[in-house]
Amino acid sequence: MSVQLQHPGYAEERLRLAAARLPCREAQAGALLSLLGQPEQYSYPSIFIYGHRATGKSHVTQTLLKELEMPHVVVSCVECISAGLLFEQVLLSFFGSSSSSSELLPRSPSLSDFVRAYRQLCAQVPATQTRYIVLDRAELLRDMDSNLLPGFLRLQELVGDNVTVILLSEIVWDKFRPNTGCFEPLLLHFPNYSKGKLQQILSQDSHPSYSPELYSAYINILLGVFYSVCRDLRELRHLAALNFSKFCEPLETGEAKEKDTHKLWKNIEPHLKRAMQTVYLREVSSVQWEQQQAEEREVGAVRGLSAHDHVELPYYSKFLLIAAYLASYNPARTDRRFFLKHHGKIKKTNFLKKHEKTSNHLLGPKPFPLDRLLAIFYSVVDSRVAPTASVFSQISSLVTLQLLSQVSHDDQLDSPKYKCAVSLDFIRAIARTVGFDIVRYLYDFL
Amino acid sequence: MSKRKSKDSHFTVGECVSQVQRLLRERFCHQQLPTRPLGMESQHKHLLELLRRTAVHGESNSVLIVGPRGAGKTMLLNCVLKELLEVNEVKKNVLLVHLNGLLQTDDRIALKEITRQLHLENVVGDKVFGSFAENLAFLLEALKKGDRSTSRPVLFTLDEFDLFAHHKNQTLLYNLLDISQSAQTPVAVVGLTCRLDVLELLEKRVKSRFSHRQIHLLSPLRFNRYLEIVQQQLSLPSDFPDHKFCEDWNASVKALCEDKSAEAVLQKHFNASKDFRSLHMLLMLALSRVTVSNPAIRPADLLEASRLCTADSKANVLHGLSILELCLIIAMKHLNDIYDGEPFNFQMVHNEFKKFIQRKSHSVHNFEKPVVIKAFEHLQQLELIKPMDGSTAKTQKEYQLVKLMLDHSQIMEALQKYPQCPTDVKQWAVSAFG
Repeated sequence: MSVQLQHPGYAEERLRLAAARLPCREAQAGALLSLLGQPEQYSYPSIFIYGHRATGKSHVTQTLLKELEMPHVVVSCVECISAGLLFEQVLLSFFGSSSSSSELLPRSPSLSDFVRAYRQLCAQVPATQTRYIVLDRAELLRDMDSNLLPGFLRLQELVGDNVTVILLSEIVWDKFRPNTGCFEPLLLHFPNYSKGKLQQILSQDSHPSYSPELYSAYINILLGVFYSVCRDLRELRHLAALNFSKFCEPLETGEAKEKDTHKLWKNIEPHLKRAMQTVYLREVSSVQWEQQQAEEREVGAVRGLSAHDHVELPYYSKFLLIAAYLASYNPARTDRRFFLKHHGKIKKTNFLKKHEKTSNHLLGPKPFPLDRLLAIFYSVVDSRVAPTASVFSQISSLVTLQLLSQVSHDDQLDSPKYKCAVSLDFIRAIARTVGFDIVRYLYDFL
Repeated sequence: MSKRKSKDSHFTVGECVSQVQRLLRERFCHQQLPTRPLGMESQHKHLLELLRRTAVHGESNSVLIVGPRGAGKTMLLNCVLKELLEVNEVKKNVLLVHLNGLLQTDDRIALKEITRQLHLENVVGDKVFGSFAENLAFLLEALKKGDRSTSRPVLFTLDEFDLFAHHKNQTLLYNLLDISQSAQTPVAVVGLTCRLDVLELLEKRVKSRFSHRQIHLLSPLRFNRYLEIVQQQLSLPSDFPDHKFCEDWNASVKALCEDKSAEAVLQKHFNASKDFRSLHMLLMLALSRVTVSNPAIRPADLLEASRLCTADSKANVLHGLSILELCLIIAMKHLNDIYDGEPFNFQMVHNEFKKFIQRKSHSVHNFEKPVVIKAFEHLQQLELIKPMDGSTAKTQKEYQLVKLMLDHSQIMEALQKYPQCPTDVKQWAVSAFG
């Protein structure tokens, strides 16, 4: 560790302990600590810490507060579905259960009740040190009562106690500001770890039976594959742990030695590339992935999650869905050409207007009325189908399966409008099962 | 005195620095009251005179203090109240009620708070009983029973006054101002707000009962005055225990304010905003760099603090994106340029990105579509792109229309500073035709 944490007012031993647990975050920890100041001094009323996911925001804050034994409470805003839960947690951890904080708060407390209860308890147990309230995932505060965020930002002034609120979020402060303004917090940014630092941190959890150099070479290969896509430390660490056994396989069988870096790289690289398409996207769960490696099966043999979205449908439902897809992605004026047998002559130049040529599969499905759906349906189905109740109920069951979505309001019985909500791959698979060449009927692929 | 002085001289530098930190932190963070409000003498005199008339002569008044955030509204009011309460007869005579629009979000809560703060009879052990109507009737009766000569005057201070105007029917404001207009218990209603159009928010009947007395804190502050304030804010008081250190510190502060580079920083800050809050933030950041090894604020500290204050947070976020996400942002920028700010969906962005890969890219390899979707969703999580309408369930996620929340120049600037950006990505960003 090049830079040591230093601050008067805290024991050096503790500072060293804390610093040892914060690799590559010395600068940020130092900045935060100097903002917090000595325990009995006042600190800035609110500090806003932002940075990407897994850049050590909560880790640094919590480690510092815990190791240096400052009175603090960490509240995750995800858990607090109502403001009352938040208030209760804060009071409970500052003043303990003995002070019957739950009694002071009414059933659904407002911020006013919280401040009053806080003041009352604070008068009994005045602060000797700065108290810290850490609000994790603070972006969710915006969705709660509108007075909550401004209230917490100036809590020090409202309760008249030595208290500092620390907000942690991934989102920048500009998106938080209420329209009449508020007490501006101090902003502190946690930058991402650079590639070198990621390597340094990831190399720390090396396998005991192999040398650290080998592990760090492995991490280097891993970063080479994944760094351009993902900079999330947690995700990378998870991937590193999953694939290490595969990396070591040639060593165990004796095909390669630790020095044959090229051979090891050749072995692992395609494997990692496959991992990006499967494990990284959670198509295949990590348990499945590990099982595959253990059984030495061809990776990718197990079907991923997205392969399972094929559903078995009744015969007419399939045609209804195909008709819906055609109605959604074809312009209505081309229907005559596609679905009528004797449509007369239509000039091809009318069809191939440049700006329309690329459009529909880019812009997404268009809504269509029920009549058009049925017209196309009767045209693509070879046999005669009576418009029975079952055909209509199949349409509405397609809506409940979310393969179609109803665009107009539910109460509209005559001429409801629908949209088709399936992808091209899906509809091709369906069309194949009934022997229908859908691509020939799609305007975009003409 | 001499004994104390001899003891003082033994202060080490560390103790002195810690004393300085304690003193100045209290000033910057805790908004400690100054002895005299700076640069608002006339407003101070006006408000003090007004409140004294209520407190001493039993005259009912209402006044609004209007000013931008951080202009010193609360400070002014607290200074006046402090000065007022120093007078003995006033202190015994006056009742104070503090309300805040952030806390008392509706009239019911506000009413309970008033009853509690006035220690009225229906309060038992800090609990208030009765329904809203009973409470209001009780309170009004209590306030109406009094008259100018016998009853004690009540000072109501309403912080965030504009939020009270959003209450249903503005019942509380109506009743408070109504009492201040009729010859009942003398009350003074002091509202603090940062909205200049606050009178437009009031109902007609409420507005007509308000005295239309406004105190504006829009001080035409000059830069040299601003510099003086900075110096004043940083200097140590004369009763600082270690005289030697105090003199050194004050001299260094004076030198700091005369330094050219520090002055440039302050000028920049002054141009951005004149309020004291942002000044305090700057000074606090500079102060946090004062340690034993560096026992004075140097211009470099101020420079660093200002750099922290003015850093563009969106650029910071952009620097942390992966190459793939950056490519998507550039594709969106091109779409914005071509279609003139029209919203776009994922398919279009992916199409644009694919065109780039097919034509020019050598360093970025071909990513699978789901990987690109994941990157796109991450951007959405960071709120760099925003969906146009809320109905997420009805449309597929590829076809959901979104909008880019970044500026053209922001992207280009971030791209220049992006660590190890591939050259072809940079060229693609600059080229006009995607």
